[in-house]
Amino acid sequence: MTPPQTSTERSVHGGLSHLAALEAESIFIMREVAAEFERPVVLFSGGKDSIILLRIAEKAFRPQRFPFPIMHVDTGHNFPEVLAFRDRRVQELDERLIVASVQESIDKGRVQEEPGWDPMRNRLQTTTLLDAIAEHQFDAVFGGGRRDEEKARAKERIFSFRDEFGQWEPRSQRPELWNLYNGRIRKGQHMRVFPISNWTEMDVWQYIQQEGLEVPEIYFAHERDVFKRNGMWLSTGPFLHPRENEPITKKTVRYRTVGDMTCTGAVESDAATLDAIVMETAAARITERGATRADDGFSETAMEDRKREGYF
Amino acid sequence: MDTMMRAPGQMDMLRFSTAGSVDDGKSTLIGRLLYDSKGIFEDQLAAIEQTSRRRGNTTVDLALLTDGLRAEREQGITIDVAYRYFATPRRKFIIADTPGHIQYTRNMVTGASTADLAVVLIDARQGSLEQSRRHAFIAALLGIPHIVVAINKMDLVDWSEDVFERITSEFAAWSAKLDVHDITFIPISALHGDNVVQHSTNMRWYGGPTLLYHLEHVHIASDKNLIDNRFPVQYVIRPQTDEFHDYRGYAGEVATGTFRKGDDVVVLPSGHQTRISRISTFDGEVEEAIPPMSVSIELEDDIDTSRGDMICRPHNQPAVTQEFDAMVCWMNDRQLEEGKRYFIKHTTRTGRAMIDELRYRIDVNTLHRDEAATSLGLNEIGRVHLRTSTPLMVDEYRLNRATGSFILIDEATNDTVGAGMIVDPGTGGASLVDELADDRSEEPAAA
Repeated sequence: MTPPQTSTERSVHGGLSHLAALEAESIFIMREVAAEFERPVVLFSGGKDSIILLRIAEKAFRPQRFPFPIMHVDTGHNFPEVLAFRDRRVQELDERLIVASVQESIDKGRVQEEPGWDPMRNRLQTTTLLDAIAEHQFDAVFGGGRRDEEKARAKERIFSFRDEFGQWEPRSQRPELWNLYNGRIRKGQHMRVFPISNWTEMDVWQYIQQEGLEVPEIYFAHERDVFKRNGMWLSTGPFLHPRENEPITKKTVRYRTVGDMTCTGAVESDAATLDAIVMETAAARITERGATRADDGFSETAMEDRKREGYF
Repeated sequence: MDTMMRAPGQMDMLRFSTAGSVDDGKSTLIGRLLYDSKGIFEDQLAAIEQTSRRRGNTTVDLALLTDGLRAEREQGITIDVAYRYFATPRRKFIIADTPGHIQYTRNMVTGASTADLAVVLIDARQGSLEQSRRHAFIAALLGIPHIVVAINKMDLVDWSEDVFERITSEFAAWSAKLDVHDITFIPISALHGDNVVQHSTNMRWYGGPTLLYHLEHVHIASDKNLIDNRFPVQYVIRPQTDEFHDYRGYAGEVATGTFRKGDDVVVLPSGHQTRISRISTFDGEVEEAIPPMSVSIELEDDIDTSRGDMICRPHNQPAVTQEFDAMVCWMNDRQLEEGKRYFIKHTTRTGRAMIDELRYRIDVNTLHRDEAATSLGLNEIGRVHLRTSTPLMVDEYRLNRATGSFILIDEATNDTVGAGMIVDPGTGGASLVDELADDRSEEPAAA
């Protein structure tokens, strides 16, 4: 197997390896935000991309504490394994966690549960997120978005400006040149910042492997009771109720993304180790969102539309 | 697929830019590179097939892959720079794909600013047109070290070596005036795949590399400036805990040069001298730091150092100045005008800048120099003299992209309005554009 690598290792070509170069860029972006903004926050879902964000923050700021808190937008429909992991990781890091709750937004009447069978809460998160940003007066919000995930994200800046309504306007984005990021905003506006914009799913897994990072166990193959809905394997549980024509079967599956249980599908897989996941990612012929996210399937520009409203 | 399993530490990264419109085959070329290297996935392909069919197209429109925004899909145009990713066992590639028509200069400059290499496309039937020359000019202006001229649609000129040779020599004669040391010409057919990933069986007269082979093997490690030590201080790490009571780490990215423990250094603009006591990362101490590593430098003496300062070697210093000449590419509808003030961001230092004088505006297509101009509009490029409220540590852009570049920010709107490249840090010297423009003025008839 691959010998352990340090991130600063040179490639065969004499320059930095691609992971070392990506890491250096991400560290630079995080430090730039810490230096230029008053109240940043880093979003952490317990998923693999935000796991990378926290590792990059360690690399950027240790031995100091993070100059920002960690925030999770909890839909109330999360995988219990992921929530347990979230708390464990935050405790290990000895940093501060803020939980913004969609259930609370519903209880307070800020949003309403969507109608229908097993409603998804994906879209409701936007209100909860924007309310939390306003409440804590955050001026910069780190997210784990990557440009290879989705076509609207492919065009989004690393420093992505949000107006007073939290909206993204894709047609009037600030040009982004060299590594000279423009962090100037006025009160009430904020910046979404994506330090791992240039990473791919493969880079993420290779980095997790290189760094020996822990990820929630649902990323690895396991047996689970699932049923098929809209072409995806969904997990049974307190938030999902299979209809009569949706028979439950036991399958060996894993998750390629972790999100809300109501819209995140499992893929059939035997990949039970990081090595196996890297192999499987290399062989994959379908994008991670295409394989596992019901929320992107509504229209060609579903992600763009949600992002315009202030989504992650 | 086993090839992807190579140790990640053995791969490096290359950023390249492409520019052009749908009709010159750029999208087809990118589509082929991505598909053949597995950078496109089946669900993405299925989605664009569906969209193409619904629009009544008979072939799959690969441009839909890069046109991600609703407005782009509705209008069938590319508005913005799109970033695309693919990898081979040797390298990870980041493509900055820029539109050829709409706001071309602004987007080409943005894509070129971080590129190691530019792919300039030429339609074999038409030879080098304005757009490809403009792209090569911008690539040179932005200091991209390597240019590949891909002469496309060779299938439509009967795979003719003569056509290839004619375009090559024409372009080479023109580009000799550009400050680019590495230009490679490759005859391709993006549509049929000739010389993109696979060698062409239709052009046996061509003995050079395929496009992908060239992208994988072009030597970029030596493009890094390892001589002029420049470390802009980005952030000061001060834990103020019992364990790290006196710890003060100057965090930042090595812009250029090689920093080692024990090096004599000078902190600018103060000019205080000291020595590097330690270079550290989260993973531990490192013996040396090269670009673009993000590290933390500790100094032997406790000198007042903060964000925006620069750590250099005492005998190799940038100019510390509050006025200089620069080429500026304008990126906003609100014009640049003489006497106007902006925020300037240069390395990690931000101050105010005033445009003293617009020396001339350059026509990107003809390279004609208009010295009577008093303003720069969107997508226009000109040479300005400017003064800053705070001293900046600058080098000529040609010698150092990191310390020679800056952006201008509108004070009222906070928009990024200009991209600047320093041509004369107060020490004299002619710019690339000066040389080109002088040359052009001697041969006004040349096309």
